[in-house]
Amino acid sequence: MTVRTEELVLNVGPQHPSTHGVLRLILHLDGEVITRAEPVIGYLHRGTEKLAESLNYTQIIPYTDRMDYVSAMTNNYVLCHTVETAMGIQVPERAEYIRVICMELQRIASHLVWWGTFLLDLGALSPFLYAFKDRETILDFFNELTGARMTYNYMRVGGVKWDVPDGWIEKLKDFVQYMKKRVNEYEALVSGNEIFLHRVRGIGVIDAKTALEYGLSGPALRSAGIKWDLRRDEPYSIYDRFDFDIPVGKNGDCLDRYQIRIEEIRQSLRILEQALAQFPPDGDIMGKVPRVIRPPEGELYVRIESPRGEIGCHLVSKGKQEPYRLKFRRPSFWNLQILPKLLVGQPMSNLIAILGAVDIILGEVDG
Amino acid sequence: MSEDRNKPMDRPAGDAAEKPAEEAGAMAAERPAETAGTEPAKAASSAEGRAALAAPDRAARDAARAERLAARAAAKAAAGGTQGADGGGQAGEAAEAPAKEPSPNQPKLDRLVAILREQIGEDAVADAYINELDRHTPTVVVNRDRWHDVAVLLRDHPELKLHYLRNLSGVDYETHMEVVYHLFNLQNKQTYCFKVRTDREQAEVPSVADVWPAANWNEREAWDLLGIRFTGHPNLKRIMLPDDWVGHPLRKDYVPVDPEV
Amino acid sequence: MELNLSTIAPAERQELERNVLLTTIEQLKAWARSNSLWPLTFGLACCAIEMMASGGSHYDLDRIGTIFRASPRQADVMIVAGTVTKKMAPLLHQLYEQMPEPKWVIAMGTCATAGGPYVNSYSVVKGVDQIVPVDVYIPGCPPNPAALIYGIMKLQEKIRYEAKTGKQVTNA
Repeated sequence: MTVRTEELVLNVGPQHPSTHGVLRLILHLDGEVITRAEPVIGYLHRGTEKLAESLNYTQIIPYTDRMDYVSAMTNNYVLCHTVETAMGIQVPERAEYIRVICMELQRIASHLVWWGTFLLDLGALSPFLYAFKDRETILDFFNELTGARMTYNYMRVGGVKWDVPDGWIEKLKDFVQYMKKRVNEYEALVSGNEIFLHRVRGIGVIDAKTALEYGLSGPALRSAGIKWDLRRDEPYSIYDRFDFDIPVGKNGDCLDRYQIRIEEIRQSLRILEQALAQFPPDGDIMGKVPRVIRPPEGELYVRIESPRGEIGCHLVSKGKQEPYRLKFRRPSFWNLQILPKLLVGQPMSNLIAILGAVDIILGEVDG
Repeated sequence: MSEDRNKPMDRPAGDAAEKPAEEAGAMAAERPAETAGTEPAKAASSAEGRAALAAPDRAARDAARAERLAARAAAKAAAGGTQGADGGGQAGEAAEAPAKEPSPNQPKLDRLVAILREQIGEDAVADAYINELDRHTPTVVVNRDRWHDVAVLLRDHPELKLHYLRNLSGVDYETHMEVVYHLFNLQNKQTYCFKVRTDREQAEVPSVADVWPAANWNEREAWDLLGIRFTGHPNLKRIMLPDDWVGHPLRKDYVPVDPEV
Repeated sequence: MELNLSTIAPAERQELERNVLLTTIEQLKAWARSNSLWPLTFGLACCAIEMMASGGSHYDLDRIGTIFRASPRQADVMIVAGTVTKKMAPLLHQLYEQMPEPKWVIAMGTCATAGGPYVNSYSVVKGVDQIVPVDVYIPGCPPNPAALIYGIMKLQEKIRYEAKTGKQVTNA
């Protein structure tokens, strides 16, 4: 007796408990195995690029915050850096150090969110609480510095908006030491867990050639074995003064991406230590910027390393206060393209692990 | 695009005849002053840029430019403008430099253009220059009809091997549309920028989604928001907006259907 | 046997007042509902992260009885956290229809209240109250978790007030 089977089309709708946001996946299933997956995005398309054409550069900075909302500092930075490169503005030392400290702290916070939600999706409920507790400490630092917990609007063209408050640097030094121990605790909590390892080892393998073809960047590219990190290979700001390693994976599976991100937290802590030790005791926080910010005519493409990958800003300027065309190369959007390829042939239960390990933020996929 | 005005010497043969005579005389004082790249924006240069774009016909545009250059030569006392007469030394440094230095990436640009001309044909390259605002990125404007062949060549040629597509964006200039590709080679860390121009009403560009799969969704986004149709794309549907949306929002002449909602 | 309160001795009366509560069924229902609001996980954008942070251990939402439910069939309140786009709007309405009565909606953040910073955008719905009726608006971009908790407690007060007085807040 044969059992009649037919293909089932399942809609993993835009509202689903995995906290990645409004992503819709149309899955064609043969039993439990996915034969085809089609992501539908656009549920959070807010038209940032169109809005940017009618605002001047300082007014666009808050919108960049809301694109990749868990790592808002890197978004702020990419826009400011683009305009500074175009205008040739020199950013003072102290501002550069503050920027690097903020970006690395943000990287840690973003990876904590990722770690907590990834494990929450896989079924482990406690790491979420630990991760968010530590993230609250980081957000308290940011709150003291910028006034906001998540969408900081802190960096400006030519520097940063406010100087560090008294005692902030010392408290941050203590936090770095505390966090180093915590990361070891997190690893001990999760990384040896049999269930976890079964769920992520060997799942969602990306090889180097595919990674390059699809334009992946960030931990996804590094998990495929390609040692490419914009902080080291195309250094921007003052990253060339710091000593840090780039973790690279061997197998290209979800476990590799997990371990790379944990290691990146450690390396960020290392950069933070060095930056805090080298922090200039005084100095300006804003460079010489003309009162009206008008980049010269032309176009340029500037890219930095955000926690998710290469975030770039393609700016076409006509010499006015508003950009003529501002396009953000958003890493989550590019990294998400590989999802249909990774899901073919996988059982349903691996869907969440693979989607989680790609680490997307829907605000950045922009729908 | 301001860099349009700084045309290199190695252009397609058609224009070469009328170029040198006008150029040689007019360029003497103009190049350094004209370079808007590294200097703060000047109203004149932006007006010039707009004027340049408004005359899509190359010959007319160049003639107009030559006129402007001549006018400028009369108006401005040359601030030491001996031109770098070497083969491609077009986009020079700051206005006060007595000699226009060629960009450090000029040889790469020349080699790239030479490869493209040999392998694809004379008409493959419509324009080539160094975008010194963007850290001296060699920029090549490719003829739309040959773009797909050029793309395959860029990916496979042993000297270039541009396997990593970094960015794909569409830009709406009011007279034409442009798709900008930033390509990259991870081994020798060389970035090139390629542009393909098309007109606004029938905006069509050959798709390179089969050459670099990363381009797939980006081309869909350009179609969705700008209305540039990519011929040969496997699945050209709207990606960001609902399927029944009317219009292409990122166009400069877009009027929203329901602004109150 | 008649119960005549005036004939009870003062000591007994005090004891009575301490241990017996007089109320209506409506108020009892409202008390129960307000103290165990189960929200639908409807995080759309940045406010979702603040909602998650409120659910974390620092600003614990569990202590006021909220347990986030994934399915609309099991949820009481829909906290619309984030920007509502025109593509998402029909789905939002469908989810609202799927929730069983009694149900409430909290619009968290300025995007859900009135379009927020994206009010001039072509693809953003200027406020979720164009789609579903909203009970509590929480401004902020994003609102602090403390603001979200304040908003939820405002909703709790509203539920109890409406049950006690029988009047709708909007018509009061």
